Amino acid sequence: MIWTALDSWIVLAGALAGASCALVGAFLVLRKMSMMGDAISHAVLPGIALAFILTGSRAGAVMFIGAAVVGVVSAVLVEAVRRYGNLEHGASMGVVFTVLFAVGLILIERAARHVDIYPEHVLFGAVELVPLHLVSIAGLEIPRGVAVLALMLIINLAVVAVLFKELRLATFDPGLATTLGINATAMHYLLMTLTALTTVAAFEVVGSILVVAMLIVPGATAHLLTRRLLPFLAVSVALALLAAVLGHLAAIGIPPWFGFEDTSTSGAMATVLGLFFLIAFLAAPEEGVIARGWNLAGLRLSIVTQDALGLLARAAEDPANPDGSLSASDFRSVSLSPFRSAGAGLAVALALLRARGLVAADKRRFRLTQRGQAAAREVLRVHRLWERFFYDEGGVELGELHNAADLLEHYTDSDLRRALSDRFTGQRTDPRGKRIPG
Amino acid sequence: MEVQTTSVNNRDLGPESASAPPALHVRDLTVAYHRKPVLWDVDLDVPRSLVAGIVGPNGAGKSTLIKAVLDLVPHASGVVEIFGKPYRRQRRMVGYVPQRESVDWDYPITALELVAMGLYRQIGWCKPVSARHRRRALEGLDEVGMADLAQRQISRLSGGQQQRIFLARALVQDADVYFMDEPFAGVDASTEKAIIAILQRLREQGKTVFVVHHDLETVHEYFDYLIMLNMRVVAAGPVAEVFTPQNLKWTYGGRLTLLDRAVDAIGQGSR
Repeated sequence: MIWTALDSWIVLAGALAGASCALVGAFLVLRKMSMMGDAISHAVLPGIALAFILTGSRAGAVMFIGAAVVGVVSAVLVEAVRRYGNLEHGASMGVVFTVLFAVGLILIERAARHVDIYPEHVLFGAVELVPLHLVSIAGLEIPRGVAVLALMLIINLAVVAVLFKELRLATFDPGLATTLGINATAMHYLLMTLTALTTVAAFEVVGSILVVAMLIVPGATAHLLTRRLLPFLAVSVALALLAAVLGHLAAIGIPPWFGFEDTSTSGAMATVLGLFFLIAFLAAPEEGVIARGWNLAGLRLSIVTQDALGLLARAAEDPANPDGSLSASDFRSVSLSPFRSAGAGLAVALALLRARGLVAADKRRFRLTQRGQAAAREVLRVHRLWERFFYDEGGVELGELHNAADLLEHYTDSDLRRALSDRFTGQRTDPRGKRIPG
Repeated sequence: MEVQTTSVNNRDLGPESASAPPALHVRDLTVAYHRKPVLWDVDLDVPRSLVAGIVGPNGAGKSTLIKAVLDLVPHASGVVEIFGKPYRRQRRMVGYVPQRESVDWDYPITALELVAMGLYRQIGWCKPVSARHRRRALEGLDEVGMADLAQRQISRLSGGQQQRIFLARALVQDADVYFMDEPFAGVDASTEKAIIAILQRLREQGKTVFVVHHDLETVHEYFDYLIMLNMRVVAAGPVAEVFTPQNLKWTYGGRLTLLDRAVDAIGQGSR
């Protein structure tokens, strides 16, 4: 793999495109209008083609204006079709953007065939060609695409910085925004205009399909990772920048391992973003699948553990069982056993309790240690206090008490335990006359 | 009437204020989606310093009435005035609590940031939320008993807590007239009590509060004034006068009145 100045320009173009898209796209994600980015990115195509046909110019400014106008028109059309066509939002966007995109493709095929716009570049972008079109700015020869995208990123950053709190309110609660004099409709169309402009600017780098990945995936990923707006935006942009670097490295680095030529950088960037999302989806600290599964498993285990302690404590009260021990099969067969259907959970819980020194095992029979008795008493105490509560205050029948208390005893934190103790100070027995320990 | 006696104590009801403009004046307000009317010829004149309930069956246009007053839905016709001047010129006197379900609670902001939104007009365009405004927002949270949870992300709050911070956001707006869309929806009993205490405090401060409400059993307890709505105003006035079986029947019962049939016919005709 050889890194040249061309590669640097390509990465820079990708990074600028990704960052600009991520910034506006993040707000689309928050407004739950992600597919509006899709719609606009497709709808700008006829704008670009029409601007070219009307002016005969491929000058950046003309195309920008054409695309921005059509982008905003498409946002208006989507709203109009939805409202007056009695359609849901998705259907309305589906109608508007596919038709506009098709018109754009035809126009480009027909009218712009003699210039270097190719349908495949329109779809997928041609970031590899970015370094070939140079412009001179302040005596420096830099690729036109890079200059345009740098300007776009500055515009997006400026708008978000200046209107940060207005965008926050208008995207969160449009109704309140409007009553406070921040016209939510105007903010909506400002966002749509920025989306259209950004899409056009990013066009030659990522094309009109992959630009959707650039708009949406960073925001969707950051949403799993952050809980505040500023970190949310920062993480979105950072992911886009990282994806540009890693994407280009992957595009020129990985295929040769398998004896292929370089692949498309824009495709690789979008793929890297997809991987970021997958990682966040699985491994996000609170929202991730793994964290949720882990928390659920932890909760299950703590329930089984408490149940096991409770059962051993009851066994210790049983006069017919002087040493208060239970065999593994006793756990399933004693009355009120919570373990009739529990499988491996019980074995894990008992192993854990032994490791913590709360339970001792002797000839395959389990009993509470000194320390275990204290812990078990606490479990039993909470259970019987809840029974007292449901009996005295809830009018629950004796036969139902155990189940009712069982529901709550595992979710009783120290605050609740204190409140419960205070409520029943001096109360020594549960409704059946069993002693409340502690 | 009870309303009068309590309010006389708390604001200077001089002879000139007897003719003071009402908190809310609505004349000939009609709202239509497509051509089907949702609100029909609403006339209201609601005095200030009271808590007014807006009741009516589902689809009666309760939310729509609030949104039409606040210019959030276009009206086909009608005049809305707050303290005698058009709503658009009185916006800063008006606070709004939307339905809790109308926003995305997964949005990445904290309770404090949400409450600070009520200060955005005061802060002004393009300016950041300053430490002084954050302090004010914290006071607002304190008023609804939520100061402890200021830094909590809003999705981590219970329904009742979410409703409380919505209320705190309206309180920091320091408006004179409040419109609240179902502030009691999905809240626990203690939150409902806390909210009603706040509403009564607002009334004692001379503010006027409109509340979309569902539970008819609490009407007597919560409200001074009642607007009974079923596409048109069936009755509006002090609770003791208008909350009658006859008005209830007209509001909730007898679905197919002549008016309903006429409305349906118009709706069919516009298809």
